[in-house]
Amino acid sequence: MKVTVGLYGEPGASKVNKTGGWRSNRPIFKHERCTGCKSCVTVCPDAVVYAVDKKVFETDLDYCKGCGICAQECPVGDIIMVPEAQQHA
Amino acid sequence: MEKIENMEKHALMAGHRACAGCGEALGARLAIDAIGENVIIANNTGCLEVFGTKWPESAWTVPWIHSLFENAAAVASGIEAGLKVMGKGEGIQVVAQGGDGSTADIGFGAMSGMLERGHDILYLCFDNEAYMNTGIQRSGLTPFDARTSTSPPGKESWGNDTMKKDLPAIVAAHGAYVSVASAGYPYDLQAKVKRAMKVKGPKYIQVHVPCPLGWGFASNLTLEMGRLAVQSGLYPLYDIENGQIVRVKAVPKRVPVEAYLKPQTRYAHLFKSPAGAEQLKRIQAIADANAAKFGLGPVEVAESA
Amino acid sequence: MRKVVEGSAAVSEAVKLCRVQVISAYPITPQTHIVQNLSQMVANGELKAEYIRVESEHSAASAALGASAVGARAYTASSSQGILLMAEVLFNIAGLRLPVVMTCANRAVSAPINIWNDQQDSYSVRDAGWIQLHAEDNQEAVDLHLQAYRIAEHTRVELPVMVCMDGFVLTHSYEPVDLPDQATVDEFLPAWKATRILDPKNPKTFGMYSEEGYSETRYAIEKAMLNAKDVIEGVSAEFEHSFGRHSGGLLRGYRMDDAEIVLMATGSIIGLLKSVADDMRAKGKKVGVLKLVSFRPFPGEELAKALKGIKKVAVFEKAVSLGAPAILASELRSALYAAKNRPEISSFVVGLGGKDISEQTIHRAVEMASAGYVAQHYMELDEEFLRDLAAAR
Repeated sequence: MKVTVGLYGEPGASKVNKTGGWRSNRPIFKHERCTGCKSCVTVCPDAVVYAVDKKVFETDLDYCKGCGICAQECPVGDIIMVPEAQQHA
Repeated sequence: MEKIENMEKHALMAGHRACAGCGEALGARLAIDAIGENVIIANNTGCLEVFGTKWPESAWTVPWIHSLFENAAAVASGIEAGLKVMGKGEGIQVVAQGGDGSTADIGFGAMSGMLERGHDILYLCFDNEAYMNTGIQRSGLTPFDARTSTSPPGKESWGNDTMKKDLPAIVAAHGAYVSVASAGYPYDLQAKVKRAMKVKGPKYIQVHVPCPLGWGFASNLTLEMGRLAVQSGLYPLYDIENGQIVRVKAVPKRVPVEAYLKPQTRYAHLFKSPAGAEQLKRIQAIADANAAKFGLGPVEVAESA
Repeated sequence: MRKVVEGSAAVSEAVKLCRVQVISAYPITPQTHIVQNLSQMVANGELKAEYIRVESEHSAASAALGASAVGARAYTASSSQGILLMAEVLFNIAGLRLPVVMTCANRAVSAPINIWNDQQDSYSVRDAGWIQLHAEDNQEAVDLHLQAYRIAEHTRVELPVMVCMDGFVLTHSYEPVDLPDQATVDEFLPAWKATRILDPKNPKTFGMYSEEGYSETRYAIEKAMLNAKDVIEGVSAEFEHSFGRHSGGLLRGYRMDDAEIVLMATGSIIGLLKSVADDMRAKGKKVGVLKLVSFRPFPGEELAKALKGIKKVAVFEKAVSLGAPAILASELRSALYAAKNRPEISSFVVGLGGKDISEQTIHRAVEMASAGYVAQHYMELDEEFLRDLAAAR
């Protein structure tokens, strides 16, 4: 276990904490109307929406908490929220 | 390849323990990302400090120190002085940050000292309008009539009975550069951070950060709430430069305060009675006074479709 | 160079010789002369340091913390209320393992408010994790500051150091003091090479929230304190080698060899105790004096060794722990609890709020302790005043 005097921490070590387990709903990125505005990337409080391609975005389900902000903010409604158990649109 | 490696590097990375939809996590990441990697942060105790630093799982990728609840401004002063004397400060922005409680209340003195001494430090106040980390208690920046766990409404009370402390004006009185931003307007926030970075000397940015849990709204409405706060006139966005209010975010048509307050359970008690409606009028008066002061437009009630 | 200077001036000279890089200053009697002198040195360009005129002692300690966290040698000074106000920061600095050095110009604490010397302030923060060293006179005050950074920055220690000197008694008195030259100090005290710093090129997170590892981290400080005992001794020995005089260390005995009773204390009262011991020795009474320099770490083993074979100890202290027996006496009794044939340890509280301690006071205490065990006695309280207080409403 890496420990320092004074118990300092390593940058970005939080990636071991997979917050995806918190979700009650998950975002579905439909990839139908995306304009590549990157709002979804900008507004995610957990910084887990990422670009697969210029007009294709996804969320990292290991971490996504399902807050729904990306879906709410997408200007063309290309992201919808579904119950977690449902998993798909 | 692991998806997280695909992602851009941010100052605050995933795996942190902020609530789903946390406005502060969003605001902090946007602000520090706008500064870049050449930053050293001193952070007061609070949500922002706790949710990202449960040992060993630090979500911060920039140098960051947490000391106590009220002293980030003083710690930052020491950091800035230390870098200066060692000749290492070139290009490094020292940041002191905290919530509204640690900035307006317990850390007020330390911040005031930092501002008047003229350190080249950016102070970021993330205003979610209560002591959220300890369970939603009233702070000096809690708005009028808001429910908090120490200012609950009841037979003898309408909730918090004080006005928000005008912290931007107080900071400006120190001669510092001031900016008021919101997580509801992310690009404006980042532009404001970048503009502040050009100022040499003390600068303060107050960022309104809606809190789904503390204010009582669904987690997907964080930016919407931020926008409504501004559009209602209750949280004007502006800069103060050389003591003058400048670059006010235009609000040509204000929404009535109800549009902002109704979706939040912390104001639910105002919507239950004629007496509550009287309180709403008083809050509307606050918005109207802001409109007069900042040159915002008139209230326009939206017609139903 | 030997000069007759005010204690504060001697200390500020010592701090300058340490090449401190960041000074945070807030005024409080009786340390203020120290930080004022330092500000003049900075203003004259004699000391290349950043001088932060903070707005409270809490911020004075916090600014020193911040400076230390980026690898700068940091210094502040305080007394009394200031020490108490910064108390939480003191715990924080020690917990973060930052080698800040500060001067505590020992002064009484309020209420009632009193600016004069006692040791309640530094004794009250003894749990914080700071090494606490007490100076007997202004020379030792100078020397302990020079040693303090060596001790604090030592890789087996990495803990902050508080150099305690009696307010007014030492800070404001003029004594001949040898002030060393910069070259000798530079050789004795090289620049600090900090290994854990806030640096954008190598980002780390300091001051995390910890459940896992909290106890272990606190225990690690205890281990560092134990390491500090031999580091303190080692640095004192090196100091003697470099500067030609003994100073510091954990404790120092005076005429203890065949003593029937040993007088023990921390700080400037040692001078008075030595003087009384000499008087009593001249009259045939075998009195010795034990100066405790290091109050933290409390050198229990070393004290037990020094007091082996001694029948009686009279502990003098300028502090109390209201509701419990006096602090230094309690800690000594506790340290010797398991010792075979431990001495009888009597406790005397003297000099609170600067109350004068005369030779007669010491003589009386020695008589009392010689006659029998004294659990605790406050010396020289005005009986009439006490009667009036008892009747007061």
